[in-house]
Amino acid sequence: MASEHIKTSQSAGTPRLTVHLWSGLRRFAEGQELVEVEATTIGAMIAALKSAYPALAPALDAGVSVAVDGRIIAASLDEPLAPENEIYLMQRLRGG
Amino acid sequence: MALDQRKTDFTQVGTRPNRPDGLDKVTGKARFGADVTAPGMLFGAILRSPHAHARIKHIDTSKAEALNDVKAIVTRADFSDAIQPAPGLEGEQWNVLENVMAGDTALYDGHAIAAVAATSALAARDALKLIEVEYEVLPHVTDVDKAMAKDAPVIREGAADYSVPDGMHPNVVRYHESGHGDVEAGFAKADLVVEEHFVTEATHQGYIEPHACLAQLGQDGKGELWCCTQGHWYVQKNCAALLGIETSQLRVTASEIGGGFGGKTTVFIEPVALALSRKSNRPVKLVMSRPEVFRATGPTASTSMDIKIGMTADGIITAAQGTFRLQGGAFPGAPADMTAMCAFAPYDLQHVQQVGYDIMSNRPKQAAYRAPGSPMAAYAVESVIDALCRKLDLDPVDVRLKNAAREGTKASYGPKFERIGLVETLEAAKAHPHYGAPLKPGQGRGISCGFWFNHGGETSVSLSLSEDGTCQISVGTPDIGGSRASMALMAAEVLGIPYESIRVTIADTATLGYNDVSHGSRVTYASGLATIKAAEDAVAKLSKRAAAKWGIPEDAVKWEDGHAVPSGPNAGNFDPLPLAEITHDMGQTGGPISGHFEATPEGAGVSFATHIVDAEVDPETGKTAVTRYTVIQDAGKAIHPTYVEGQFQGGAAQGIGWALNEEYIYGEDGRLQNAVFLDYRIPVASDLPMIDTVIVEVPNPGHPFGVRGVGETSICPPLAAIANAVSAAAGVRLHALPMSPPRILAALEQQRASNS
Repeated sequence: MASEHIKTSQSAGTPRLTVHLWSGLRRFAEGQELVEVEATTIGAMIAALKSAYPALAPALDAGVSVAVDGRIIAASLDEPLAPENEIYLMQRLRGG
Repeated sequence: MALDQRKTDFTQVGTRPNRPDGLDKVTGKARFGADVTAPGMLFGAILRSPHAHARIKHIDTSKAEALNDVKAIVTRADFSDAIQPAPGLEGEQWNVLENVMAGDTALYDGHAIAAVAATSALAARDALKLIEVEYEVLPHVTDVDKAMAKDAPVIREGAADYSVPDGMHPNVVRYHESGHGDVEAGFAKADLVVEEHFVTEATHQGYIEPHACLAQLGQDGKGELWCCTQGHWYVQKNCAALLGIETSQLRVTASEIGGGFGGKTTVFIEPVALALSRKSNRPVKLVMSRPEVFRATGPTASTSMDIKIGMTADGIITAAQGTFRLQGGAFPGAPADMTAMCAFAPYDLQHVQQVGYDIMSNRPKQAAYRAPGSPMAAYAVESVIDALCRKLDLDPVDVRLKNAAREGTKASYGPKFERIGLVETLEAAKAHPHYGAPLKPGQGRGISCGFWFNHGGETSVSLSLSEDGTCQISVGTPDIGGSRASMALMAAEVLGIPYESIRVTIADTATLGYNDVSHGSRVTYASGLATIKAAEDAVAKLSKRAAAKWGIPEDAVKWEDGHAVPSGPNAGNFDPLPLAEITHDMGQTGGPISGHFEATPEGAGVSFATHIVDAEVDPETGKTAVTRYTVIQDAGKAIHPTYVEGQFQGGAAQGIGWALNEEYIYGEDGRLQNAVFLDYRIPVASDLPMIDTVIVEVPNPGHPFGVRGVGETSICPPLAAIANAVSAAAGVRLHALPMSPPRILAALEQQRASNS
């Protein structure tokens, strides 16, 4: 998921999101299962994750899908996110 | 995409009209990949490596070039050198190029080395024999477990991506681990823990139509390509990159398709035909033979899997753990992550862990095959659940119901489920006459659940109305499962005109916006959603014309059953205005009326199935007969139920082949030994029972009509359901697919030996 064009700077008061990492990712985020970043969209969340945890960048650049309250967002970067959402990173989905 | 107003009452959706492509296909008018010609056309042929792994030291094409009939020869040097390798799937375009035409090393038996264009197909094949290739044969490996062992030959250094832990063999190129809870604590609570090892062989998608294309590319970088594919925009994008031309300058048209099942989601021969055309300045047709299809296009991955599941005496799963090793050929990309994430998805588990390894070997690059990775996982997991049920003397449907995932369950891959229909499929299985029917002596019954994610993807649809009130729709997803019929039904439902008055065309890449491949069970969902929205766009314009005619506000017009109707207290009293009357004057009332929609819909909705299988095993020959088969699957909403049933039956039929007979057989020399249908045995009609179907409809909240994709989930349960039936019938459980007669005989003999 290319996210280079997403603005990383967030204005004061940007909502703080809790993001669940699949267990294979945790060694790139200081062993944490839950990480917190400030963002209002998936694209901004990915950019914030890369900024806060540079070791996650290869995984995020390789492509992820995001489950928001159980709805799997395969690719969209502009999907809105709010603190009350359950947010899970997932391996990017592929089909046949 | 919020869908607040999901439609639940239908007049046309859910009916079973004739298929629009039926007459063309039964009369031979339909044009498939090899059915087109062009003036001055040449015929292409590809020279392929006879070695599983060999350095290409030198290629001498001079003798072939000297033939009068030969007009061009290409090697890797004729493709773009701007594409560079990168670890994992980040280097996918280089992987595609390397697979299309070998660089400095032949990586598998059948790998393309060079190609010829000549004035006849025979001349092209003869010319291949005059191309001299000097190889340095290298050690090879084709087995998944051997490929990750310490002494395995390295396929390509540096192919592993970020995810692979330190210390693994370089052939392990991607790693996935997910789950939650504490599996050891969960196993400690179990009354019985079963841990077993399984292997499955690679199987081919087995589409009847081999890959075929007709290419024209000029020195000016402008080209035309006709090909058999599941996604012509993907073909356009990749061919342009591999040839070093601009994407928009290559117009790609998708032919009718004689099956794809995931195997036609990439390119193999299309870039080669374009390169030959550019070099010869003539159109070039390239058609694969069946051995080429087997040797050089994607089978699915072979696997090696370990499954451990704990269960209480009353059937509650306390913990589940799986390790999935997938061999995906000489490139990264085996869907080990999907295998791992799908494995335990049907169940509500407090403690679960799944690990997947993507492993390279000297085999062709795996390609997607219906729910890529999921059927193998279901085979292993559902076999162990069956073993637990038998040992604990529990009903296999009841146990699955006790543990079934529901809305709000935390999925094994992390998030909670939205509304899903697994429980409904299990309840339908339990209530089905098949499940309670008595078995004859020597027969056994097996059941299995299966899961697939489904997909949305980039989608664009245009719809235009004709003066006579009929409609034409341009979609960008090749029709691999009846989508022209389902698009027409959905548009007919919105517009209120007959299904027969709508013609759906698969547009070429020059006449519609980008469309993702027909994969991921996405077409009825995503193209369907876009068709509905495009039809609603047209309805809004029709209503506006009616409002203008009546001189009332636009919002005082509603659309009912194909007519504009005044609505509301100030709308006035006008007779309903039929669609055809509005379109009759459209040239004089504002111009043509069209509808359009484009988006990347993100609400595909996951789906589940439960299969029931009866089988009997001949103890003398080891041959299995599937005697009864029932597929029960959640379709969300079946747009054209006959096609949905066809998808269900097709998944079951392919699963029967995968479970019982199909396999890639490699010799010690690393060469494929069964590259024709005589030796690679797909099921024929006499191998199949009548496959009964039950369509469960738990609407997908992400689609305006409730649709969930159905094309892939249907191949997830068959392997385990058949294995469980065979196990019950034969009294011995096999741990390797296919369960071919020799394997079953060997298992029976081993059992007899251990009993005596």
